[in-house]
Amino acid sequence: MNNGTLASLSGITKVYRTGKVEVRALRGIDFEIKRGEFIAVIGPSGSGKSTLMNIIGCLDTPTSGNYVLDGQPVADMGIHELAAIRNKKIGFIFQNFNLLAYATAYENVELPLIFAGTSGPVRKEKVMHSLSIVGLADRADHKPTELSGGEMQRVAIARALANDPEVILADEPTGNLDTGSGREILSIFEKLNSMGRSVVTITHDMTIASRCHRIVRIRDGLIESTTENGEKVSSAGN
Amino acid sequence: MRILTYKLLLFVKLIGREFKAQKLRMGLTILAITWGTISITLLMAFSVGLDQQFSKARKGLGEGIVIVWGGQTSLPYQGLPQGRRISFRTESGVVDLIKSRVVGIDMVAGEFLRWGQTLEYDRKQINKLLCGAYPEYEIMRSHYAQAGGRFINQKDMDSKRRVVYLGTAVAEELFDDGVNPVGEIIKINSIPFTVIGVMIEKLQDSNYHGPDEDYVVIPASTFLLIYGDPFFDNLVYKVKKGIDSKVVEKDLFRVLGGKYRFDPADESALWIWDTVEDEKISSKVFLGITIFMWFIGGMTLLIAGIGVANIMYVAVRERTKEIGTKIALGAERKHIILQFMTEALSIALVGGIVGIAFSAAICALFRMLPMEGALEFMGQPTVNWLVAGTTVFTLTFIGLFAGLFPARKAASINPVEALRYE
Repeated sequence: MNNGTLASLSGITKVYRTGKVEVRALRGIDFEIKRGEFIAVIGPSGSGKSTLMNIIGCLDTPTSGNYVLDGQPVADMGIHELAAIRNKKIGFIFQNFNLLAYATAYENVELPLIFAGTSGPVRKEKVMHSLSIVGLADRADHKPTELSGGEMQRVAIARALANDPEVILADEPTGNLDTGSGREILSIFEKLNSMGRSVVTITHDMTIASRCHRIVRIRDGLIESTTENGEKVSSAGN
Repeated sequence: MRILTYKLLLFVKLIGREFKAQKLRMGLTILAITWGTISITLLMAFSVGLDQQFSKARKGLGEGIVIVWGGQTSLPYQGLPQGRRISFRTESGVVDLIKSRVVGIDMVAGEFLRWGQTLEYDRKQINKLLCGAYPEYEIMRSHYAQAGGRFINQKDMDSKRRVVYLGTAVAEELFDDGVNPVGEIIKINSIPFTVIGVMIEKLQDSNYHGPDEDYVVIPASTFLLIYGDPFFDNLVYKVKKGIDSKVVEKDLFRVLGGKYRFDPADESALWIWDTVEDEKISSKVFLGITIFMWFIGGMTLLIAGIGVANIMYVAVRERTKEIGTKIALGAERKHIILQFMTEALSIALVGGIVGIAFSAAICALFRMLPMEGALEFMGQPTVNWLVAGTTVFTLTFIGLFAGLFPARKAASINPVEALRYE
């Protein structure tokens, strides 16, 4: 794995229009994710963190600006390519897990593999591998209702890992969890990161943020400041 | 090819899983379609039964026959005043005249009737209408005998035999259960007659002297010998197939007008009951009923379709978040669309097939019921497979259609909004 740039965003803006009201969620963001990086995105609610994550995750498109993912400009991609990117290069984790309630842990993890068209034996192997990374191989047959919040989020992480993505994007993954479970999630993230995977997480938890390589603080749709390994390297107005 | 099969299998797996999750909703939807199918299929099945019975009942009186009574002239003609009675004298050769001179006549015969004749058998005594008839009467008036018996024939006529043919109700009244009336001797006004036949059970919706099951028929020649009636009570003729009964009627007025000297345009000189014309009208009425049934069927189908559409729409809305999650996990449009389409299709098919099976079962059960009174007219409801097939096809189509729009909408949903949807 080379240590170059995985994703690079420049001059990203996002304007939402609801009726006559115009909301400028992002107002010109320059942002880069290097391979193997562990980044925390922090900021008050409504600052545009989630919008940024959605754009990085190819769930949303910027109003203006450039986004290059893995050497390819995202703006040039068609819907099939975007679906493939979401499926294979990005692993999404949500605050409220978004597991399919009627499916078992195994089946939930299997989902992205089904979309990718992975064959049976390989699929099974990958599902079990992902579940074992998050330490839930023995709970494969359990439904989300039979799991604790922390376990549910771990299933969601396993699901995000299933297609071996380049980057894990987590939107407040510990927001609905108790401190203990939150710590478990953090240690899984660190483990994934140590395996070479990039992790970008939105968080309000400064304990988590302090463990990241880089903390990006967002306010009013702009990057307010960036802190690397505890040192502030830039801030707005500088 | 292998990959395609494989992907299909994966797909089935995914859908099977979702089916399990939505048991109640699926069940309700299937129920809606089953209900729709049953309503339409049964409606049409009973319509078929009703139609069959009505046309049978129409034929009970006779097929393509016209009954003629002598009337009273209402126009002066060739110096004769109006108000003259027209009667068909027995020896006048009126029957042969009609047969040879009126166009389009297939059969014609006179009929004698006498009310309140006493029938006796084994100390039982009843009063019935006695009819003197010719052999042609059998075919014209559908007087078919049950197995083991027969109607009056030419030999009876020639020999003026004392034989009698009984209506079903008469035979039941006169004879105890288990007694075969054929061959038994009964007395009519104290004169012994041999029973030669009993009418088959038949459905009859119209009559002019009471239902045929109440008839007691003896040969016309015997009747004349005993009672010596100078006039026929009425004439019955059958129109040849393919000939307009109105044309025949006009010609009858011409021929009989010449014989009895009345104006052929004098409509009251003869009283005519044209069952052919009646049948045309009742066919039209029944066509109207059938169209009405189809209309109701169509409406039911529409309602069922709307139900399916509604449920599919709700299904998509309910699962907006799930769709968002799937898109985030890399699902393509086709995954989402196919999922809902397959769902709609399966629901419609299952519902339809269950509905048809149910309808067929209800029809089969209904046919086991004893057919009496009004039920008799329901006949044998029969599932029309074409109707059933069309219904299921239409519902499936509506289901697909109903599934397609929300599915397309769902697939093009903004995943960010879908994920935020609660």
